[in-house]
Amino acid sequence: MTSRRIFLKSGAMTMLSLGFAPAFLARAAAAASGRRRLLIAIFQRGAVDGLNMIVPYGEAEYYRLRPTIGVPRPGAQDGAVALDDFFGLHPRMAALKPLWDNKSLAIVHASGSPDRTRSHFDAQDYMESGTPGVKATRDGWLNRYLQVSGADPSPLRGIAVARQMPRAMQGKAPSLAFGGVDAFDVRGGMDSRQSFEQAFSEADNPLLRGTAKDAFEAMKTLRTIGTPYRPAAEYPRSPFGQALQEIARVAKADIGLEVAFAESTNWDHHVNEGGTQGQIAQRLDDLANGLAALSADLGDRLSDTVVLTMSEFGRAAAENGNRGTDHGHGNAMMIIGGPVKGGRVYGKWPGLKTEERFEGRDLAITTDFRDVFSEIVTSHLKLSKDGISRVLPGYSPTQTLGLIRA
Amino acid sequence: MSAKFRRPIALVFALAALLTMQNGASQAAGGANIPTDRAAVEHALSRLTFGATPGQVDDVQRLGLARWIDQQLNPSSIDDSAVQSRLTPLPDPPEVDRRAARNLSEQERMEMQRRSRQATRQSVQALAAQKLTRAIYSDRQLEEVLVDFWFNHFNVFAGKGRTAAYIPDYERDAIRPHIWGSFRELLGATAKSPAMLFYLDNWLSADPKAAEQVQQINNRRRGRFGGVGITLPRQQQQQQQQKQQQGPRRNGLNENYARELMELHTLGVDGGYTQQDIIEVARAFTGWTLANPQEGDFRFAPQLHDRGEKKVLGHAIKAGGGMEDGERVLDIVAEHPSTAKHIATKLVRRFVSDEPPAALVDKVAATFTKTKGNLREVMRTLVTSPEFYAAQYRGAKVKTPLEFVVSGVRATGRDVREPRQLLQALQQLGMAPYQCQPPTGYDDTAETWVSAGALVTRMNIAQQLAPQQAATIGGPDFQRR
Repeated sequence: MTSRRIFLKSGAMTMLSLGFAPAFLARAAAAASGRRRLLIAIFQRGAVDGLNMIVPYGEAEYYRLRPTIGVPRPGAQDGAVALDDFFGLHPRMAALKPLWDNKSLAIVHASGSPDRTRSHFDAQDYMESGTPGVKATRDGWLNRYLQVSGADPSPLRGIAVARQMPRAMQGKAPSLAFGGVDAFDVRGGMDSRQSFEQAFSEADNPLLRGTAKDAFEAMKTLRTIGTPYRPAAEYPRSPFGQALQEIARVAKADIGLEVAFAESTNWDHHVNEGGTQGQIAQRLDDLANGLAALSADLGDRLSDTVVLTMSEFGRAAAENGNRGTDHGHGNAMMIIGGPVKGGRVYGKWPGLKTEERFEGRDLAITTDFRDVFSEIVTSHLKLSKDGISRVLPGYSPTQTLGLIRA
Repeated sequence: MSAKFRRPIALVFALAALLTMQNGASQAAGGANIPTDRAAVEHALSRLTFGATPGQVDDVQRLGLARWIDQQLNPSSIDDSAVQSRLTPLPDPPEVDRRAARNLSEQERMEMQRRSRQATRQSVQALAAQKLTRAIYSDRQLEEVLVDFWFNHFNVFAGKGRTAAYIPDYERDAIRPHIWGSFRELLGATAKSPAMLFYLDNWLSADPKAAEQVQQINNRRRGRFGGVGITLPRQQQQQQQQKQQQGPRRNGLNENYARELMELHTLGVDGGYTQQDIIEVARAFTGWTLANPQEGDFRFAPQLHDRGEKKVLGHAIKAGGGMEDGERVLDIVAEHPSTAKHIATKLVRRFVSDEPPAALVDKVAATFTKTKGNLREVMRTLVTSPEFYAAQYRGAKVKTPLEFVVSGVRATGRDVREPRQLLQALQQLGMAPYQCQPPTGYDDTAETWVSAGALVTRMNIAQQLAPQQAATIGGPDFQRR
C-alpha cells in the first residue's frame, strides 16, 4: 500500500515538472549528442483481456457477457476508474490516472491485427514482424525502423531488456538484448574479455560474430554509466518492473537510445481470470505500477519519449465456462509520453452486441495496430513517408488518429 | 556389474563393426550410406548426443558409426545402470491429512499451503537435476535428446498451479515410454495425463447443458438429504480452498486444449483446421478430466460430456458417444497428413537445420505416414539420410542453452554430483527445465538464443564451470553443433 502511494506521488510530481519545463531546457537537452527521440515498446505476451483492462463500462452488453468477471462501474465498490463517460481503467491501474489527467496517456481501443488468427504464436509473430498474415518476413518492425532511420551502427540505438532477442527487434541493424546493465560484462578481467572478443571476431558464423561485436562495443559504452543506479521512482520488484528500470537507466544516460523493448508475461487467463480481484488484477497491478514508475523515473526524458503497449489479440467478449476467457480478436493499446495527445480514447467503438462482434464472439477491430505503429514512427520519431513503407511493407494507412502532438 | 560385462560386449561390438566395415556400409542402420570418416562421426555425435565426451569420437569410430547409430536407435540394448546409480531420488510429496486440515486456523492452513508449494518446487528442482544427470551421463544419449524433444513438443509448465506436482509422472509415464513407439500412443498418453489436462485446462471443460444438469441434481440432493450430491473434482478442490477465493466454475466449454492439440501437437498452425474445428474438438473432449486433483488420476466423467454429434476436419463423430469421442479425434489428427509434415519439420529443424530442407522433410514425413507414426522408423529415416550428413549442415545449428551447458560439462569429462550450478546457468540463459510457460515449448532456432546478453552469459558460465577450458567452451566454435 505504502509503495503505491509513493508511485502516485512521484508520478504526479514528474508531471508537474514536465508541464512547466522551460522550452530552452528541452532544446538544450535535444541538442546533446546522445539524446534522441525514444520509443519504448511493451509487449503483453499471452493476450491480455483488453475488455477488463480498459473497461467499456458504458456498454450494458459487457456486463451481460461477463456475469462473474466483469469489472463494476465507477462508483461501485472496486469499480473501474472512470476515464470518460464510457471507458474506465481497471481499478488496479489507478496509478496511471494522473497520466491520463495531465494528458500524457491515450488509449486506442478495438485495435489489433486484421489477420484473424487466434494462435498466440502466429499473432505475436505478425505483430512483431509488423506484417500480419505474412510469415516470410525475416526481421522485426522495430529493427527495420533502426535500419531505415539512420546509419549509426551503435548497438545501443535499440535494446531489449529480455533474455532473448524479441522478434520485433531481430534483424540486421545492430541491437542488444540483455538482462541488465550490471550483469552485462565478461568476468575474469581484461584478459578474458579481450581473448573472447578476438575469438568471436574471427567466428565463421555471421550471427555469432555480429552479435558478439555488438556486445563488446556496447559493453564499453555501458561501463561509462554510473553504478549503482538510483531511480527517481520505486519500480515493482517483478521482472517487468526491473526491466523498465534498466530501460530508464540507459535512456537517461543519453548514449543514443532510440528504441527499447520490454515484455510483460502471463496474460493467458483461460481459467479463473478474475475481475477486480484475482489473476488479471495482479498482472495489471504490476503493469500499471511499472509504467507509472517508468514515467516518473524518466522525468524530463518523458518529454521526448513514447511508451506503447501491445498484445497479440484480445479475448472473447463473453467469459467461458471456467470464469476465464478464451482467445479473441480486438484489444486495447496504451500510449504514454510527453508527445502524446492524451486524455482521450481513440478509435471507433464497434459495440459488443452479437452482430457487432467479430465472428459473433469477439471485440471487432476498427484500428489496425499498424495505424498506431505508423503514426508513432512518422509523427514522433519523424521518419519520412518513404521510410515508413519500408518499416511496414504492404501497409497503407487507412485513417489518421492524431495521437501525437504536432 | 557393468565393468565386468562391458569388456566382452565391447569386443563383440568391435567384431561386429569390423564385419560391418567389410560389408562396406551400414546394413545395421537401415541400409543407407552412412559415412565413416572422423568428421562425420563428430557431426553425428554433435547432433544425436548432448555433445561428445573426451575420447568418444575415437570410440565410435572404432565401433563404426552405423553400428553406434543402430544401438542408439535401440537403446534397451545399452547398459545404462551407471547413470541410474547417479540419480538422486525425488523427495516424497508431503502427507496431507485432509481431515485434520479442516480444523486448522486460517494461519495454519496458509502455512500448510506454503509448505506444500515449497515441496512441489523442490521436487521440480530434483527432477531437473535428474534430467541434467541423465543428459550428461547416460549412454542412451539419443533417447535423452528425444525425451527432451518430445517433452518440449508436448510442453507443460511447472509454474501453473498443480502442474508441477504432475510433471514427474508425466515425463516418466506419458513421454519416456513412447518415444520409440507410435505417435498415436504418445499423443494419447499426453492427452490423458493429469499434467496436460491441468495445464491446458481440459479438466474443467464441460458441456454447458450437462454441467447445468449436474448442478440441478446436486441442488435437489442437497435439499432432500442435506448431503453433497455428485461431487465434481472442482468442488472437492473448492472445499479446501479459502472461502474468499472463488474456484473456477465449470459450466461450459474451454477451448484451450483443443486449439493447442491441433496447432502445436499435431497438424501445425497452417495444418488446415478452423475455429469451428476447435469448438468441435473441445466438445469431443468434454468429460476428460481428473478423478481428484490432489491425487491426479485421469477420469472420464460422462455427466460432463457433450453427447451431441461432432464434425471434426470433415469426419463425422456420431451422437451418443462418450469417452471414445476424444479417442476418435486423436485418431483423426494423428492420421492427418499435416501432422506427418509438422512432426517431420520439427524433427528436421532439431537435428539438421533451422531452415529444414523440404526434400528431407518430405522423406521423413513419408516414413511417418507409411509406418503409421512409428517414431523409431521416423528417426531412422532422418539419421540415415544423406542430407543429415551434408556438408552445408555441419556445424550449422547453434546450441540451445541446454545443449551448451550439458555439452560443456561432457567436454570436460567432469564428475558432477550436484547439478545445482548448472541449473542456475540454465535459469540465467532463460531455459530452465520445466519452466517454459507457453505451450509452444522452448524455441529451437539460433535467432532466439543468440543475443548479446546470452553470449556474454555463456562466456561467464564457461569460466565458472570449466576455468581451464573456458576459452574453448565460451568461444564461438563450441556454440555450434
